[in-house]
Amino acid sequence: MNNLKKPQKKKVLLMGKSGSGKSSMRSIIFSNYVAKDVRRLGATIDVEHSTVKFLGSLILNLWDCGGQDAFTETYLTSQKSQTFSDVGVLIYVFDVESRSFEGSNPRDLLTYTAVVSALAEYSPSAHVFALVHKMDLVQNVFRDQVIQDRTLAIQEYSGVFGKRLKVYGTTIWDQSLYKAWGDIVKSLVPNLHIIDGYLHDLAKETSAEEIILFERATFLTVTNVTSELGECNPYSDRQERLSNVIKTFKHSLSKYTHSSTASHPFTEIAIKAPRFNLILARLTNNTYVLVILPPGDLEIELSRFNIMAAKDRFVELDIMGWAARDTEKLEGKSNGRIKDGR
Amino acid sequence: MSRNDGDGEEDSPKPDDKSTASISSAAHEETTQVNALNGGLEPGNFLHIDHKPRLLLMGLKRSGKSSISNVVFRKMAPHETLFLETTTTIRKEAMHSFMDFQVWDLPGQIDYLDPEFDAESIFGGVGAMIWVLDAIDNYMEPVSRLTETILHLQHSYPDIKYSVFIHKVDSLTEDFRDDTMRDVRQRITDDLYDAGLENPPITYYGTSIYDHSIFEAFSKVMQGLVPQLPTFEALLNTVSASCKFEKAYLFDVYSKVYIASDTTPIDMKAYELCADLIDIIVDMSEVYGWDRGKDQQETDPSKAVASQSAESFVSNIKGYHLYLKEINRSAL
Repeated sequence: MNNLKKPQKKKVLLMGKSGSGKSSMRSIIFSNYVAKDVRRLGATIDVEHSTVKFLGSLILNLWDCGGQDAFTETYLTSQKSQTFSDVGVLIYVFDVESRSFEGSNPRDLLTYTAVVSALAEYSPSAHVFALVHKMDLVQNVFRDQVIQDRTLAIQEYSGVFGKRLKVYGTTIWDQSLYKAWGDIVKSLVPNLHIIDGYLHDLAKETSAEEIILFERATFLTVTNVTSELGECNPYSDRQERLSNVIKTFKHSLSKYTHSSTASHPFTEIAIKAPRFNLILARLTNNTYVLVILPPGDLEIELSRFNIMAAKDRFVELDIMGWAARDTEKLEGKSNGRIKDGR
Repeated sequence: MSRNDGDGEEDSPKPDDKSTASISSAAHEETTQVNALNGGLEPGNFLHIDHKPRLLLMGLKRSGKSSISNVVFRKMAPHETLFLETTTTIRKEAMHSFMDFQVWDLPGQIDYLDPEFDAESIFGGVGAMIWVLDAIDNYMEPVSRLTETILHLQHSYPDIKYSVFIHKVDSLTEDFRDDTMRDVRQRITDDLYDAGLENPPITYYGTSIYDHSIFEAFSKVMQGLVPQLPTFEALLNTVSASCKFEKAYLFDVYSKVYIASDTTPIDMKAYELCADLIDIIVDMSEVYGWDRGKDQQETDPSKAVASQSAESFVSNIKGYHLYLKEINRSAL
């Protein structure tokens, strides 16, 4: 256990033009909003700081930066060092319907370039994700083409981040949002290889076709293991689909029980179908595990035991996280003071 | 495949379910599909041997008929119904649970009372009519059209049961919703009374495609047409009593309409939860129910959930448990 890395506090910048949907997606992923509720959100003024716990131990220090020109101006001038230092991830949101994206005066891209070069100056090791948002407004048949075009354009303006940049087409109305955020969060999870190793062991013991580890509060995929057979699954977007489906079910459960959506809504869902068995069970305080097994009554009971047995190892990882979290809290306080002083 | 088999299986979850017997409560769903047309009718189902009972969706144009039928029978997401075109021909949807239902979505702009119109082809064999009425629009015209229609059909087809869906109530406030519903009911009753029709066979529902109210209302309408309803209720009562279930429902999987439930009071929230569980199971079955090459079954995703008896169990939702068992399925 000595090779466990201490979880760090990561700064996540969420930027993009005003009205592009930054706060909407943040609310859906981290605050349990459903898609149609986001119209209640108003414009973000200046920066909205929020700390999001992911996997209990990983603290994401999310900066939702209001996108109006006046604010963007200050981020790039007077508050440049505050904003762009210690950044783990920059998420830049483009509105697919924006009229100032391309053409003679690509203002969206120029602002983006300014942001990226400021980032290169203060946090050169940061990851950059570009989300082309509101894809639901583009007709289905054109979506791939639009994404391709935008990706090329954005890459061209990305400077030193051009090679590492990842571009996603997203919309709050389907699972594409979970796909993008799942990848974003994965790039931040410490000790991912250890968790991966454990999952591989579990997969071997249970002869599972697929195991997916979900984070409890967001139901984003942390990591997954897929067997050879599982790779043949024709649905390559299944992880984010499941995130979406389970989260919807979680909402209806919380409506039924009148409890906060963030608490543990259920202990286990089991489905025995003719072609597969499925267990979605609470693994640790912060995770749920989804195991897909071959059909048969025996398989499902056996792997239930295996999951129980594996629990301890995962809890160990989790507890390390919890211990680290307490120190994080202290750091968080001192950080807060600096913020107030600003 | 026969009806009796289906009912027999209904009891079978009991022994499987010992582990849940001590549970304070469990909602119990059963999924049902039956091929009623091809001679699979039980003796009790003598009412509708000759024709499929038909359910008409009527109302003025833009009142939401097609949206309703798409959301209920085609799993369309409610917000997508915005893009639906005006219906110009009669659209038919089928439901195969225990009896073959046909739901006909009639275009609103046609005057069906025109004497030249072949009324028999549309209204013959109709079991129930749903009149969709836009709650946020002026409802004087639809009310008078409805009373006209009812009076017109009253003589030739006295057996039709009428339901009025006061639709799009999601955009009304709670108080206003009740007022509107009361007002609509009052007007229709008065109009019919003036025309000499007392106690017309009409029920009223406030519906919206954005929540479960539309499924609830459809369930109620369907149940009025199921001749075996008392038998189902008795069977479900027995199951719930012996397994200490709090509530048991018999569902049609594809439409999420419940065909019967035990006779304890309906808890809307429990119904919603069960409907959502069906959603999640259908979704997951679609993702993981692909053909792994070991068997020769069809790969049609819509059939994935229904190829053999499926079951599901959700444990510990605030001390409650949820159990689903597939009873039978269509051989279609």
